[in-house]
Amino acid sequence: MAGTKGGMSRLSAFHGGIHLENHKEVSSSGGLRICPIPPRLLFPLLQRYGRNARPLVSVGERVLKGQPIAGGDPAALPPSHASTSGFITAIEDRLLPHPSGLYGPCIVLDADGEDEAVEFAAISDYRALPREELRRRVHAAGIVGMGGAGFPTALKVNPGARAADTLILNCAECEPYITCDDRLMRHASAEVLEGARILMHILQVESCLVGIENDMPEAIEAVESELARGGHRGIEIVPVPAIYPTGSEKLLIRVLTGREVPASGIPANAGVVCQNVATAAAVYRAVLHGEPLLSRIVTVTGGGVPWPGNWLTRIGTPIADLVQRCGGYTQSADRLILGGPMMGFALSSDEAPITKTTNCILVLTAREMAARQPPMPCIRCGACAEACPVELLPQQLYWYSRSDNPERLADHHLADCIECGCCDFVCPSHIPLAQYFRASKSKLAAQRRERDQADQARGRFEARQARKQRELREKAEADKRKKELLRRATSTDKDAGADTGEIGGLAAPPEGPGPSRSARPAQHDETRES
Amino acid sequence: MRFATAPAPHVVPQASVRLMMLTVLVALVPGLVAQVWQFGPGVLIQCALALAAAEAAEAAVLRWRGKPLAPFLLDGSGALTAVLLAVSLPPIAPWWLTVFGTLFAIVIGKQLYGGLGHNPFNPAMVGYAVLLISFPLPMTAWLLPAGVAPDQPDLTELWALIFQRISVVDGITMATPLDTMKTQLGMGAGLDQIRNSPLFGGVAGTGWQWVNFGYLLGGLWLLRQGVIAWQIPAGFLGILFLVSMACFLADPTAYPTPLHHLFGGATMLGAFFIATDPVTASTTPKGRWIYGALIGLMVFVIRSWGGYPDGVAFAVLLLNLAAPTLDHFTRPAPYGRKP
Repeated sequence: MAGTKGGMSRLSAFHGGIHLENHKEVSSSGGLRICPIPPRLLFPLLQRYGRNARPLVSVGERVLKGQPIAGGDPAALPPSHASTSGFITAIEDRLLPHPSGLYGPCIVLDADGEDEAVEFAAISDYRALPREELRRRVHAAGIVGMGGAGFPTALKVNPGARAADTLILNCAECEPYITCDDRLMRHASAEVLEGARILMHILQVESCLVGIENDMPEAIEAVESELARGGHRGIEIVPVPAIYPTGSEKLLIRVLTGREVPASGIPANAGVVCQNVATAAAVYRAVLHGEPLLSRIVTVTGGGVPWPGNWLTRIGTPIADLVQRCGGYTQSADRLILGGPMMGFALSSDEAPITKTTNCILVLTAREMAARQPPMPCIRCGACAEACPVELLPQQLYWYSRSDNPERLADHHLADCIECGCCDFVCPSHIPLAQYFRASKSKLAAQRRERDQADQARGRFEARQARKQRELREKAEADKRKKELLRRATSTDKDAGADTGEIGGLAAPPEGPGPSRSARPAQHDETRES
Repeated sequence: MRFATAPAPHVVPQASVRLMMLTVLVALVPGLVAQVWQFGPGVLIQCALALAAAEAAEAAVLRWRGKPLAPFLLDGSGALTAVLLAVSLPPIAPWWLTVFGTLFAIVIGKQLYGGLGHNPFNPAMVGYAVLLISFPLPMTAWLLPAGVAPDQPDLTELWALIFQRISVVDGITMATPLDTMKTQLGMGAGLDQIRNSPLFGGVAGTGWQWVNFGYLLGGLWLLRQGVIAWQIPAGFLGILFLVSMACFLADPTAYPTPLHHLFGGATMLGAFFIATDPVTASTTPKGRWIYGALIGLMVFVIRSWGGYPDGVAFAVLLLNLAAPTLDHFTRPAPYGRKP
């Protein structure tokens, strides 16, 4: 039974959210264009959790398209692959696509233009393979969440003991300007749905909901006609209201299922696994064709580029090369943003490369952004609390952020903030709330790290003290034993056969005052430690 | 190519404090028109006086505190305080009364606490309460409404009354309906007897009902504009209606009708314009309900059994005091933390 359009009545709403001008038309027409191979590609080693992947190639080596070039450390992180053939010319520090403008080690690949690929191991029937093997293929293909978070997909489709009953495909592209998922659905809805079926099989779930914003009629139509061709049992397309930030995983889960992911839990705690549609398409290619994640659709848009559009781009392509394909920058280009206008971060330079999670290059003009007025004092109007999709009280958090009060911040659940910027957008006092919250969050994280380190240091110190005490005590006992033996030896010499001395010796009060006194607190320490 | 960076979000807010305050000022117009219609143009002179005093006081304190003048003088919050105080004063109040009340509201009630956003009490009501306690006589000398005294003082007479300290001529001023009712009930008169007075035409007193209709109209428009929190007027008016209805049903000879409460005195001005001052009100949805409801209850209690004919100012000030506590105990459960 192919899925049908879900009635709006069954959708749950989330609290707050905002209506934004979507500016989708800037980039949504014009089809999917293919970005040619750039002369040089960059592959940052920095992965999630601030760890660097281990390079698997050395400088001077020729690599083929699809060959793993970094990964394996830590093992949970999926590998990176060369997205074309060429020579590794350097492994050196380059500008990373990172909000802090960090530089970090990157593998530099000079393309040879051959685009020669390794052989991909295709399979015909994924159902014939054990599910563990399918998961391994997803991992080996280097697939991470392509909606932006970049969480390793092989881990996500392994909810462990928490059994999921629903797969959600996220196509609620709620940030203004971005149209790459819309384009993907129009272009390759069959691949996405095949990917969904594979994911359903791996997860052993019967139901898949494709959440898609109702202002994407062409995409909805494409999926519906694909569904009508049949064979997609359990997959259902559900148009959702275009309210920012519906595309946020937790909120989409609420909209589609009415369930809430428990605080500090993961979607699987609510019986749901959520994947971006591009990830699903990548899973399809990885599992059936054995093809690693080598390229993705990137939206290049905004008033700062003359020919905005969607580009199938190789991972590792420098942003500058991609923007060049769109006619370079216009005179009025003012800000280069990776991601959307609400949550994307501004880059200081276009040297940084496209990664697996880059969905949009947004070049805004000063006119599109308008000048931010200097902030006024908070008037406690509560507009932020009304807009907050996770029902926090931003005006309170703002006070505690300013007064640097970690207890109150924790008490008001700063950690639950999804940094969507809704509060910022509605604030009549123009207070950069999201910025305050990001800063406070990283400060709290740093404090937590420091505390953990201090705890560890204290633990080490206490263990060392206890060990010292124990050593002293053991030494004292050894001394005592030695003396005892000595005494017994001398007494046996004097009075052979009399063993009353042994009993008296044991019962006798300790002789040396020093060691035995220090032995007592040591024992005490040990019991406390245990 | 290199670019300047800035933190997200990269689109800027549409709303502004000034726009909010201006919207509220615009919403005051229907009530103000009704006041001019019923009580003459005196209220406009009071507004002008208060506005001038408020801006001068703000400028002086801002300069003294070393704060930038332009953003705070133009934010409209001082102007709103001035107008809210001016419409609460008798139209022929002497100029020094208005000026003193405004200065107190702005300097003590607002700026000394730290200016916009930092004052715990509604500044206009601070000014009003100080005037009411300090100068009860000029504060209760209201003009007769047009329906009762067709000969309203003209502009020259108003000028003389406000600026030249000419003693108030008998026959043009009188206590308000709420005041009259309180005094008469206190003297043992029955409600039916009191209602025969020409002051008590219509549902809630000649003239006053129109003023309240005006502020209700403006308030509803404010709700539509999304500038004020709907829970506060809903709680205020809801409880005022329920309690006054209960008392009226229990003893119609001692308690006036609910309509008398809803459309008398400063009810609508208080419910939509004063209790909803965001700075001093509760900010959580549940807190706003309780805040509004308790103000409504306090208004009824003060009117019925307190020492003053109307109680909006005192009720609002008392609940201002409770707002932080209400906020603390009514925090909504965030996503994923619902019980």
